[in-house]
Parts: sequence; C-alpha cells; structure tokens
Amino acid sequence: MVSRKAAAGASADRPNVSREELLKFYREMLLIRRFEEKAGQLYGMGLIGGFCHLYIGQEAVVVGLEATAKEGDKRITSYRDHGHMLACGMDPKGVMAELTGRAGGYSRGKGGSMHMFSKEKHFYGGHGIVAAQVPLGAGLAFADKYLGNDNVSFTYFGDGAANQGQVYETFNMAALWSLPVVFVIENNQYAMGTAQRRSTSSADIYTRGAAFGIKGEAVDGMDVLAVKAAGQRAVAACRAGKGPYILEMMTYRYRGHSMSDPAKYRSREEVQKMRDERDAIEHVRELLLTGGHATDDDLKLVDRDIKAIVNEAAEFAKTSPEPDLSALWTDITV
Amino acid sequence: MATEILMPALSPTMEEGSLAKWLVKAGDTVKSGQILAEIETDKATMEFEAVDEGVIGALLVPEGASGVKVNTPIATLIVEGETAATAAPTAAVAAPAPAAAPVAAKAAPAAEPVPMAAATPDWPAGTPMKTMTVREALREAMAEEMARDETVYLMGEEVGEYQGAYKISQGLLDQFGARRVIDTPITEHGFAGIAVGSAFAGLRPILEFMTFNFAMQAIDHILNSAAKTLYMSGGQMGCPIVFRGPNGAAARVGAQHSQDYAAWYAQVPGLKVVMPYSAADAKGLLKTAIRDGNPVIFLENEILYGRSFEVPDLPDFTIPFGKARVWREGTDVTIVSFGIGMVHALAAADKLAAEGISAEVIDLRTLRPIDYDTVIASVQKTNRCVTVEEGWPVGSIGNHLSATIMERAFDYLDAPVINCTGKDVPMPYAANLEKLALLTPDEVVAAVKKVTYR
Repeated sequence: MVSRKAAAGASADRPNVSREELLKFYREMLLIRRFEEKAGQLYGMGLIGGFCHLYIGQEAVVVGLEATAKEGDKRITSYRDHGHMLACGMDPKGVMAELTGRAGGYSRGKGGSMHMFSKEKHFYGGHGIVAAQVPLGAGLAFADKYLGNDNVSFTYFGDGAANQGQVYETFNMAALWSLPVVFVIENNQYAMGTAQRRSTSSADIYTRGAAFGIKGEAVDGMDVLAVKAAGQRAVAACRAGKGPYILEMMTYRYRGHSMSDPAKYRSREEVQKMRDERDAIEHVRELLLTGGHATDDDLKLVDRDIKAIVNEAAEFAKTSPEPDLSALWTDITV
Repeated sequence: MATEILMPALSPTMEEGSLAKWLVKAGDTVKSGQILAEIETDKATMEFEAVDEGVIGALLVPEGASGVKVNTPIATLIVEGETAATAAPTAAVAAPAPAAAPVAAKAAPAAEPVPMAAATPDWPAGTPMKTMTVREALREAMAEEMARDETVYLMGEEVGEYQGAYKISQGLLDQFGARRVIDTPITEHGFAGIAVGSAFAGLRPILEFMTFNFAMQAIDHILNSAAKTLYMSGGQMGCPIVFRGPNGAAARVGAQHSQDYAAWYAQVPGLKVVMPYSAADAKGLLKTAIRDGNPVIFLENEILYGRSFEVPDLPDFTIPFGKARVWREGTDVTIVSFGIGMVHALAAADKLAAEGISAEVIDLRTLRPIDYDTVIASVQKTNRCVTVEEGWPVGSIGNHLSATIMERAFDYLDAPVINCTGKDVPMPYAANLEKLALLTPDEVVAAVKKVTYR
C-alpha cells in the first residue's frame, strides 16, 4: 500500500533539512497527535458531541505541506480538519473550545468540529459535504489569479471524495483557467469503512488529472520530508502560473472514520503494523536521535511542552461558557 | 399557387420578430439550406434557411420591418412546375406586408399597467423616466455595478462570446473583457463551487444560471456552502454572491425546464431571495443584490425579459430588499403576488374593476425578507386576501402568507385566504395541457369572487 507507491513515486527524494526544521516538524506533528488524543478523550466524557473525525496517523501530510506555504496562501479541507487548523497556526484553545461548542471556539460554538474558519490564517474550513471543498478551493485560487498575486490554495480531500463528480468538473476548469491550486488527495485507504479497492476502479488516483493535463505525483505521506519535497514542486509550479497540481498522499488513519466507528472493516493487525513500521512521528524522532540532533531528554522536554499546551486547550474548552442564547439569531445574514 | 414562406418561431417564447435583412430578392433561385434572411428575435439575430428549392416569387415583408407575427407569410417561393403568374401573391396575403412598415425598433408589445397607488417610495417625484425592457434593465444594472466595483465579475454558461443565452449579458464581454466576463463549461455543480469559493476570498461574483432548473445541480453549494457559512463561522466569513437567471415556466419547454423555485429558496435562512416583476425593480433590486454581503437568489422570468416598463433615469438607482410595492390601491380585496404572477394579478384586477370590485394589488418583490407589514396592513383594510404565484401549491409562498395572516390578522378576515398557484403536476408539453397547468387571470378573478361572496 503505502510503501509500494512510495517506492515507485518520485517522492523518494528528500530535501536537506536543518535540525531546527526537523524539531519543528516533530513538535507540530506531536501537537496534532496529542490534541486529537485529548479530543477523543473529551468525546468519551460527553464534552464533545455529534461527529468528530480524528487526524491521528496523517500528521505528516499537513505539517510537510505547511512548510512550503507563504503568507497569503490558502487552505481548505473536509470535516477531518483539526490537524489542518493546528498546522496553519490556529490557536489550539479556540479549536478545542469549538469542539465543545463553547463561546470561545473559532465559530463561537456555532460550527462544531467540521465547521471552523480563520480569515487571519487563511483557513477556509472545515466542510461537511464530501468533496464540496474541491471546487471551493479552486474558487479561492480563482480569486488569487483574478487579483493578480502569486498565492496558492491547498485543497485537501480524501480518497473517498476523489470519486465525486464535482472533483472532475473542478479539475477541468482549474486546468482550463490555469488556477494556482494544489489538489492534495489524502489517501488514508478507507472512504469511511470502504477500502479503496472496493470503491475505486483504478488504484492510482494521482493519475486522474492526466485526462485534464494536470501533473500528479504519488507521495509517501508518512514521510514528512517527502511530503515537503513534493509540496515544493507543486507550489513552485502553481506560483509560476503553470496551473494546478495533484499530490496523492499515501497515508493512514489509525482511528475510526469518526468516534462512532466500530472498525469492523479492517484488522487490528493492519493498524498495528502501520503504527509500528510507518509512523510519521516515530520516523522524525528517529532521524533526530540517530542523527545526533537531539537527545531523549530534549524530546521529553518537547513532549512535556506539548502536553501542557493541549491540557491548557482542554481546560479552556471545558471552562469557556456556552454561547449566549441570543447567538441563535446572529450571523444569519450580514 | 406558390408556396408561402412564413415568419418562423425561433425560440420557445417568440411571438413576433423583426426582418432584419433579406439575403435574396425576387427571381433568385434558392436551394434547400440557403440562408434567405436574418431575423431578429427578442433574444438574438438568427439566420433563416430555405427548406424547399425554387425561385423566390416575391418578398412580402420589407427589410427592417419589426413586429412581424409568427406565421405571417413573408415571401413566396415558386417550386418546380409552378409559373411566376400563378405564384403572384394574392391580395389578401400581400395586404399585411406594407402594413408592416418599420415600426419603432423597441416598441413595447403592450402598454403595461400603470400603478395607481400614490406612494412610489423608490424614487423621488418628478424623476425623469425612460422606457426599457426587463432585459435591458438587468444588463444595465450589471454594467453599472461592474464599472463601480472591480471585484464584481460575471460567470456562467454563454455569458460572454454568445452574448448571453437570453441576451442579458449582451455587450458586457466587450466592455469588461474576458477576465471579468467568464464563459464556463456546462458544469453547474463545479462552477457554482468555484464562484462561492472566490466569494469567500473576497470577490463578488454574479453567477448566471442559464435557467434555475440547472441550478438543481448546484443546490448543494447554494445552500450548504453559500448560505450557511456565515453562521457556521460565527460571523467570520460570509459569501457575497448573486445567483441569477430565468426561473419558472417559459413556453412549451416541458417539465424539466418549467419549474418555479421561489418557495424552495425562500425557505432557507442565510439566503436573500428576490423575484422582480417590472424593469425598474429588476434594475434597482439587482444593483442592491450585487452590493449585498450575502448570497442572493435573483429569480428572473423569460417571458418578462421582453416586457417594457418605465425606469427612473437616475445615475445610481437602487431599491432596498424587504419592501413590497403597492401597484394598485383598492378596498374590497388584497391580491398579493410577485414575479410573473403580477401579470395575472394585475389583469385580474382590471377585470374585477369592470365588475365593480376594487382590488389592492401588492408585489412582494423580495421573498426573503418578506414585507409582512404591508400585506397585513392591506388585509386589515380589505378583510380579504388572495395570493397569486406560478409555483406548485404545497408549501407555497401563498401557504406561508396565509398562515401569517391568520396569526397576525385573524380577526380582520371576512373570508378564508385563497392561494392561486400553478397546478400540482409536472409541466406538460401539449399546448392545451400546458395552458391548463398554468395560472390564469380568470382563476384569480374566480378566487376573488369567492372571498368577496359575489
């Protein structure tokens, strides 16, 4: 699965990376993982309701791509969105408080897990309808092109969404109009509970842009350095006005589709094997230790720091008040 | 006897047209498929081809004639075996031709009813007026707003090089260029999403649907992406976009192309919904819609596109949302309508006046927000109400108004409110059945007589 494509793809190359950058990746991926674990805990305690889709296992994708972004670049994704928000610098407190439906949340408690936005960080949601974010993301890129800047839009969607018709309508127009959009397919192997081989006629989703003349690459999405290297190629092409670019990130989600997923469609062994052999955070941890860039104690300090941030976010999310009842009637129209 | 060549119907709604140019003259031999003339409809200038081979006997309608009714003989053709003598046009056929001497190019089909209501709060008294069609009013509104704001752009199928499937965007490509007047592939779901995304990022798109029937493919983006984002983001991010295009029945286009979506969209919080009747309202409300910070559904009507009205000749003329217009004051019954329903409402009011029944006619103009106060105040005066709309009866705007009137003015009612609507059937194609499915002024008259116990 992951290894097959990674070996075949052009993404085996790795950029030179500094100690600082490796540490940054470690820290950012760990923040997402610990944040998500905490969210799962709060869900179990009944503090988070409804749907809650965790990003655990896929951290290298957003962290690697954010390393290629510059100010003004935009991002948009599906309902599995907590990792994207943390990676682009949104405040963990505001994200967690939105999960608990509190006034201190990014959407003041009115959006929930699937619907958060930050104009300041150019994060355009958080969309609950599978694949709807694909044309919306191309629309963000349309605006940048219209306004004449060289920003790009990272448009994330899953292997399940890749079967939606609007994706191909969007590929057509994005290529036709040379829109600066990076289509990031996060292929975590399962569309909810349906394995890719049971839902998708051809395995190589990154080749689906070929019909529209869009370049595509399969990337080892468990290797943050490979992700960054591929991201740099895609972003450079977009900024140079060459139109859209497809990156199929071969990744894996350790947890269920949502919190209510009984996970009958795959074996415990399969999940455990990925965790043991391909974990993105362990990978960077090893690079840091074996390369002599950090000691165990250094990393323990990072772990402690992240734990504190996540605990602070959880505390804020528990104590932030529920929205005022008057908020029911606000923000319907401007 | 020669074969008569008749004025063709070149669009579903065409009743008459102009003979822009003859490309043949009497005595010319023509082949099947040869272009005989250029005919201008309300939508476009079309080439008209010969069906049969033969020699042109006579041109019965001069070049430049306008207002030529469909099926009027416009030329004669002598086919093989006929002689020129036998082909000479009969006096009866020849007669209408000279009569069709060029009429003023933009003559209104029929004088629209003039509002009798004293209050016209939309423009100051004494404002100079100009006559224009709904089509021209919509085009002018877009052109003015695009000139005013660089972030406004027009996107849709055939809006550019084709000059608009219904000619609403005629000339805009020339005026504003391909960056701001954007032809799309036929992919409503995709391009609606792209337009909404660009609005998130600060542009102000006008998205034309060739008709609102096709917007069904895009309704997820209209509702889930455009209408709900402001709320879901806690007020952080809105979606300033206008979705516009013809809505409702045209003529003889069958079930899939003849649906009124007024009640559908009016149900959705987060949208604003506009459905103008007159050209002045079309212009003033479209300009307001383009400046509005919310997603606006702007429901036009193909049959109304060619109707002419008086429009205030002001440099910057807008009409606020949520204000009904009283077209006609009356004392016996309140008729509430909007969009093309106003044609039936006003025609019914004329007929009723002739029978001594005084009807007050209110055009809602916007369906979200709705100007309830104007309706309630009128019902409190007349004590009776009939609603008129083209859409289906179940869950109609009329149903909603009836409930509101019942809640707010129950003690004023002297009769139950009646909802006149289209029939509860998919639109049939056959001419007689289509006529039966659509609303008529006579149905409105009958409803009014029922509530006034006449």
